[in-house]
Amino acid sequence: MSDKRIMNAPAIALDDFVEGVVDVYPAKAAKKRRKHIVVRDPAEKQRIEANERTIPGIISQRGCCYAGCKGVVIGPIGDMVHIVHGPVGCSYYSWLSRRNLFRPRADGQNYMQYCFTTDMEEKDIIFGGEKKLKAAIQEAYDIFKPKAISVLATCPVGLIGDDINSVSKEMSEKLGIQIIPFSCEGYKGVSQSAGHHIANNNLFKFVIGQDDIEQKEHTINILGEYNTGGDTWEIERVLNRCGINVLSVFTGDGSYSEMRQSHMADVNLLMCHRSVNYIADMMETKFGIPWIKVNFIGIKSMAKSLKKIARFYDDPKLTERVEKVIEEEVAKAEEGIARYIPRLKGKTVILFVGGSRAHHYQGLFRDLGMVPIVAGYEFAHRDDYEGREVLPDIKVIADNRNIEDLTVERDPERYNPRKDDETLKRLKEEEVIDTYHGMWEDMGRGTMAIDDVSHKELGMLIKKLKPDMVCSGIKDKYVIEKFGVPSKQLHNYDYSGPFAGFRGAVNFAKDLDMLIHNPVWKLTTPPWKKKPVLKADLTVST
Amino acid sequence: MRKIAIYGKGGIGKSTTTQNLVAGLIEMGEKVMVVGCDPKADSTRLLLGGLHQQSVLDTLREEGEDVELDDVRKEGYGGTLCVESGGPEPGVGCAGRGIITSINLLESLGAYEEGEGIDYVFYDVLGDVVCGGFAMPMREGKAKEIYIVCSGEMMAMYAANNICKGIVKFAESGGIRLGGIICNSRKVDNEEEMIKEFAKRLGTRMIYFVPRDNMVQKAEINRKTVIEYEPDCEQATHYRNLAKCIAENDNYVIPKPMPTDDLEKILIEFGILD
Repeated sequence: MSDKRIMNAPAIALDDFVEGVVDVYPAKAAKKRRKHIVVRDPAEKQRIEANERTIPGIISQRGCCYAGCKGVVIGPIGDMVHIVHGPVGCSYYSWLSRRNLFRPRADGQNYMQYCFTTDMEEKDIIFGGEKKLKAAIQEAYDIFKPKAISVLATCPVGLIGDDINSVSKEMSEKLGIQIIPFSCEGYKGVSQSAGHHIANNNLFKFVIGQDDIEQKEHTINILGEYNTGGDTWEIERVLNRCGINVLSVFTGDGSYSEMRQSHMADVNLLMCHRSVNYIADMMETKFGIPWIKVNFIGIKSMAKSLKKIARFYDDPKLTERVEKVIEEEVAKAEEGIARYIPRLKGKTVILFVGGSRAHHYQGLFRDLGMVPIVAGYEFAHRDDYEGREVLPDIKVIADNRNIEDLTVERDPERYNPRKDDETLKRLKEEEVIDTYHGMWEDMGRGTMAIDDVSHKELGMLIKKLKPDMVCSGIKDKYVIEKFGVPSKQLHNYDYSGPFAGFRGAVNFAKDLDMLIHNPVWKLTTPPWKKKPVLKADLTVST
Repeated sequence: MRKIAIYGKGGIGKSTTTQNLVAGLIEMGEKVMVVGCDPKADSTRLLLGGLHQQSVLDTLREEGEDVELDDVRKEGYGGTLCVESGGPEPGVGCAGRGIITSINLLESLGAYEEGEGIDYVFYDVLGDVVCGGFAMPMREGKAKEIYIVCSGEMMAMYAANNICKGIVKFAESGGIRLGGIICNSRKVDNEEEMIKEFAKRLGTRMIYFVPRDNMVQKAEINRKTVIEYEPDCEQATHYRNLAKCIAENDNYVIPKPMPTDDLEKILIEFGILD
C-alpha cells in the first residue's frame, strides 16, 4: 500500500490504481504501458517511457508524421502555397483544423483560405503521380504567383515511389521560386513527432538564413507558437509594449519571408519544445543564437518568461520597461480573472495534449485556483517530461532512424555569438538560456504523468478520479463528455481564444466557467438511472 | 470454367508458352480467354497478330468510369478472347495496384459470367510474386490452378520455389492449387531429370517438357503461335501435347517449398556432372 494520493480527488491508493489500469491489457502490453505511467515523487529520480510505438489495438490520441509536418509546422505559414501530394482527404482534413490564424503582410500574399491537393485517384496511383504534381505546381503558380511552394508527401506517394524531390527541383528551376519538398509520408516514425523533425530540417536547410537584413535592437524570434485562436498576436502585443520586436514566428502567423531573415535575431524564444527544438539547436550551432525556454500561457508564467528575456538582454532600460508592463498587465489580468476564481477554485483538471501544452497550461490552471492532477503528452519524448538533462541517455529507436538528423556546423561568415563566452556560461548556469526541465518541474507529489494515454486508461481515470475538467483534443472530446465531464480542446480551442498571455488568461477563465457551470452536465444521468421505467400492477385473483 | 494462372521467372517464356498452349486448346474446340497481367501488355501479341491497343488500365484512365467490356476485350486466333491489364511505364506508379484494379474491373464488367461460354481463363502474370498486386490472380475466387514455367537454370528454379511460397499462403485461405511445372528447356545439362526431381520435391510433377526449338523464335517474329505459323512442325505437336496434358490434369497440390540449401543440393546432384 502506498500513501500517495491525488490532491482534491477521491482518496484512492494511486499505485494500486495504476496496477489496475494496466491490468486490463495482455501481459506484454501491460508491461509496456506500465512504463508510460508515473506517479510523481519528486524526491526520487523518475523515468517515463515516451516516443515509442503505440501498441496495436489501443485507441491512442496520436496522429501521423504527415499531420506533424503539414498540420502542425508547415500549414500555418500563410504566405506560401502548400500542395499536398496525395488523396484529397489528407489535404482537406489538415486544412485550418488547428485554427492557425494569419495576417497578410505588405505584399498581400495570403493562401490560408486555400486548400491545395493533387487529388490522387486510383489511376494516379497505378500510373504514378509525378506528372500530376508538376501540373499542380504549374497551375498554382500561374494563378497565384506565390514566392514559395511546399510539396508535402502522403502515404501512397511514398509507397509508389513518386520522386517529389526531383519534381520540386525541376519546377523550382523552371519557375524561379523556391519549391520545398517534405518527405513526410504518414507512416514514418511512431507519431506526428517525426513530421515535426522533417519540417524543422527543411525549414533550416531551405528557408532560415537566406536573407541578411539589418534588424532593430531587441529583436527576437518565437519558436513553437502556432497562433491558435490568435495566441501569437496577444504575445506580440505584450512583447511590443516591452520594446521587444518580433522578427519571425515559427510558425503561427508565420511568414516565409520573415523566416528567411530569422537568423538575424538576438535570441530565440522557445514555446513548444517538442515541435521546434531542432531548429533552436541548429540555429545556435550555425549562427550563435541562444534560445530561452518560455511559457506564455498563464499570468505568472508569462510574467516569469518576460523577466527571463529581460535578464538575457541585461539592459536596465529594457528591464525597467518590462517590469512596468508586467506590473500593469498582471494587475489588469488578475482583476479580469478575479470574478471567476471563486467559481473555479479547487476544481481538478486532467490534461492530455501535445508535446508541450500539457505542461504550459498547468500554470494557467493554478492561476485560476484549479488543480492539475494528471497530465500527459501525445507524442513527446522523454526530455519533454524529464528535462533536457536526460538527452544523452535517450536511445534512438529504429522507427526514427529513417528521419534525417542534420549535421550542422558554424557558418564561417555569419556565426556571431550574441554574448561573450563568460556571459553565455553564466546565463546557462542561471538557467536563462538553453535550459528546459520538462513537465516534471511543475508536477509535484500527488500528481500523475501518463504518456500516450489510451481511451481505456482515460475512461478509468475519469471514473476513479472524477475530474471537473479534461483538456484534450477532438478525438476524445466527446468520449469525455459522455462521462458527464466537460472537455476543452487545447489543440484548437473550440472556436475560442486567444488563451495565451495576459488577456488570453482572462478569456480562458471565462470559457472554463461557462463550460464547468453549464447546466447540461446535471442532465447527463439518463432517466432510467434515476427512476424505474417499467410499471406493473399485481392483481390477485380469487 | 477453369481459371489458370501462369507464373515463372521473368523472361522464362510464360507468355510464349501460354499462347502456344492456348492455340492447342483452341484446336481442341475450347473457348479460351487470356488475361495479360504485365504492364508491358505483350501477353496476347501472338494470338492477336500484334500488340493489343486498348489495355484495361489505359481505357480506364482515358474513359473514366465509362468502360465497356468490348472496349478492352479483343478477339484473336481461333476466337480467343484477349485482354491486357496494362500499367505504368517502367519506374513509375504501381503496377501491382494496376493488376488488382484491372482484375476487379473485368469481374464487374461480367467478363467471367456463365453466359460468355468460356471454358478456360489464363492469367499470364509478370515475373516473380513481388508484391500483393502480383498475387491478385491467386486470391480467392480468381485462378484455381497454377502452372509454373521453369527451366534447369538455377535462378529459374529459385524463382519457382519462391512462387510456391506465395501459393502456400493463398492455398490455405483461397483454395488455389499447383497443377505442375512446365519445363521450357534452355538446354541445360540433365535438365529434364533435374526438373522432374525438383517438381517431385515440391510435391508436384513436371507436367510437360517443352524442348528448345528455333521455330518458336521464327513464329514470334511473325507474330504468330507456332501452331498457327507452322502447324505441321514438331514443336507444334509439343504444344498440342502440353495443352492435352493440362486439359487432362488431375494432380493438384499445395506445394512444399524447399529451403535454399536443399534447392542448391539438387543443382549439384543433377546439374554439375563433371
